[in-house]
Amino acid sequence: MGMTVVEKILARAAGLPSVKAGDVVEPRVDLAMSHENAALVINQHREVFEGTGLAPKVWDPSRIAIIFDHRVPAESPKTATNQKKIREFVAANGITKFHDVRGDVGGICHQILPEYGYVRPGSVVVGTDSHTTSHGALGAFAFGIGATEMASVWALGIAVNIEVPATIKVVVNGEFPPMVGAKDLILHVIGKLTAQGANYKVLEYHGGTIQRMSTSGRLAICNMSVEAGATSGIVPGDAETLRYLHEEAGVTETITTVAPDPDAAYVQTLEIDVSSLAPQIACPHMVDNVKPVDQVAGTKVQQIVIGSCTNGRLDDLAIAADMLRGKKVAEGTRMLVFPASSRIFAKALDKGYVHDLMKAGAVVMNSGCGPCLGVHEGALGDHEVALSTTNRNFKGRMGNPTGEVYLCSPAVAAASALTGVITDPRK
Amino acid sequence: MSKVIISLGNDISTDDIYPGRFMATVLPTETPQFAFFDRTEFNAKLKAKAFPAGSIIIGGENFGCGSSREQAASTLKGYDLVVVARSVARIFLQNSINLGLQVVICPALEASEGDELEITATQVLNHTTGKTFEQVQLPASRKGIMAAGGLIPYTRAKLMARA
Ligand code: SF4
Repeated sequence: MGMTVVEKILARAAGLPSVKAGDVVEPRVDLAMSHENAALVINQHREVFEGTGLAPKVWDPSRIAIIFDHRVPAESPKTATNQKKIREFVAANGITKFHDVRGDVGGICHQILPEYGYVRPGSVVVGTDSHTTSHGALGAFAFGIGATEMASVWALGIAVNIEVPATIKVVVNGEFPPMVGAKDLILHVIGKLTAQGANYKVLEYHGGTIQRMSTSGRLAICNMSVEAGATSGIVPGDAETLRYLHEEAGVTETITTVAPDPDAAYVQTLEIDVSSLAPQIACPHMVDNVKPVDQVAGTKVQQIVIGSCTNGRLDDLAIAADMLRGKKVAEGTRMLVFPASSRIFAKALDKGYVHDLMKAGAVVMNSGCGPCLGVHEGALGDHEVALSTTNRNFKGRMGNPTGEVYLCSPAVAAASALTGVITDPRK
Repeated sequence: MSKVIISLGNDISTDDIYPGRFMATVLPTETPQFAFFDRTEFNAKLKAKAFPAGSIIIGGENFGCGSSREQAASTLKGYDLVVVARSVARIFLQNSINLGLQVVICPALEASEGDELEITATQVLNHTTGKTFEQVQLPASRKGIMAAGGLIPYTRAKLMARA
């Protein structure tokens, strides 16, 4: 029996000729990513070494990435002190893949990793963040873990007790209609599968639509695969992956990709034709409460958010800038835009997008997670409604348990910013 | 035998268990104060130590979905609560095992607030309704981490074996 992409990756990383879903393996880790929660990982890592007589050290500082993004610049003395502690740890351990609060190399972890070429097809990536699934966009097996598990990885260089997940094959074909794209596709998939439909499984994406899709779109899809419960989403590495890594991420060395065997075993196959897909909206308070836009059109919104690790990339900002250029954000609605990385911010400046958005009335914020998790900037007032290109709409997600968050594509967000109500961008 | 102190629905997220705005708090000694913070009454009862160790939280399907924040497990562990749910999201389950928070998966479970439950190695007995429910057994690999007392001692042993 052949292997799926993730089975192949895990077999190689565990030094085994083959593995199958359900096997328990201990793969070596190629990249271990944390953000501000590295503060907790550092504590747990120290505790692992207690009483061993060994000095606490990390297995390989070149394979650890730490990116400050969740609360940048720090919103409180507590966060600032955590960041300070992490900086000291980074320096003491010689960790080079470190992205501090900076306007040149800063950004959201799930944008920084691809952008700087830290992720390769076939690698095993773990991160103390559930949206680590994003990096499957580059053909890696990437999944979220907790802080204690990361402390274990830092000590051992392997992920212990990993059960090889079963894989669902998602085959996507057809051309997207105008104003419909990757975000609508993944919202549609989550609505179909439900929030737990892919629990403990991998979503492996195939089909012509995926082949033609940019890495930016693939990142959005793999990012949100976790919202269907998936351990990981993955697009097997292909020509676009190589193009992105060589041309955009500046990787010079030779890259090899990993493809599934033709006779790989899948637990389920989902076939989707996007040629008649409408813009999709995830309604409060569950990501799988997905409806076509016309069913919620007209809903009044007080806050529009464009950004996050899902949709804060240059092409997302371009859509918003094109739609808002020369126009005004509706009175009574505020629009917050936060580019996913400083590099993207700089490119958006060069292309005039930032100017277009600001002139229309949008507030363009520094790169980072910002309003996405509602701890820092852009919290909602009591009973306010937000329409956001982010990835989660759980109660309280935007900082206020009485607020409501609708999730959508950049096109829907931009069209709605002009009207102040949820608006179909095709109209 | 322990009492069910709250019975929750499906898809209880880690934002519900431990709101994101308290994520700068990381120490297991400090996280319990924010458990279910936005469920004001329940949070107050927890903080007032109204429930003995071993008290049970009932979850529906997909308990602990969402963010990987480990605080969602440490905040409940801080009160020595037990989670019994129909199904549990992957990262939350792993975090719980790693920190030694007892999580029992019981797909057909029926239990309401106030019910008295007994948790055996393989079943959950609801003494209030007289019904019995089968548990889903954790894979052997996960049991190994639990037997070691959590992931820290488990990793420490591996480290020592290498040295
Ligand atoms: S942008 Fe939002 S979802 Fe992405 S890493 Fe930050 S908080 Fe998490």
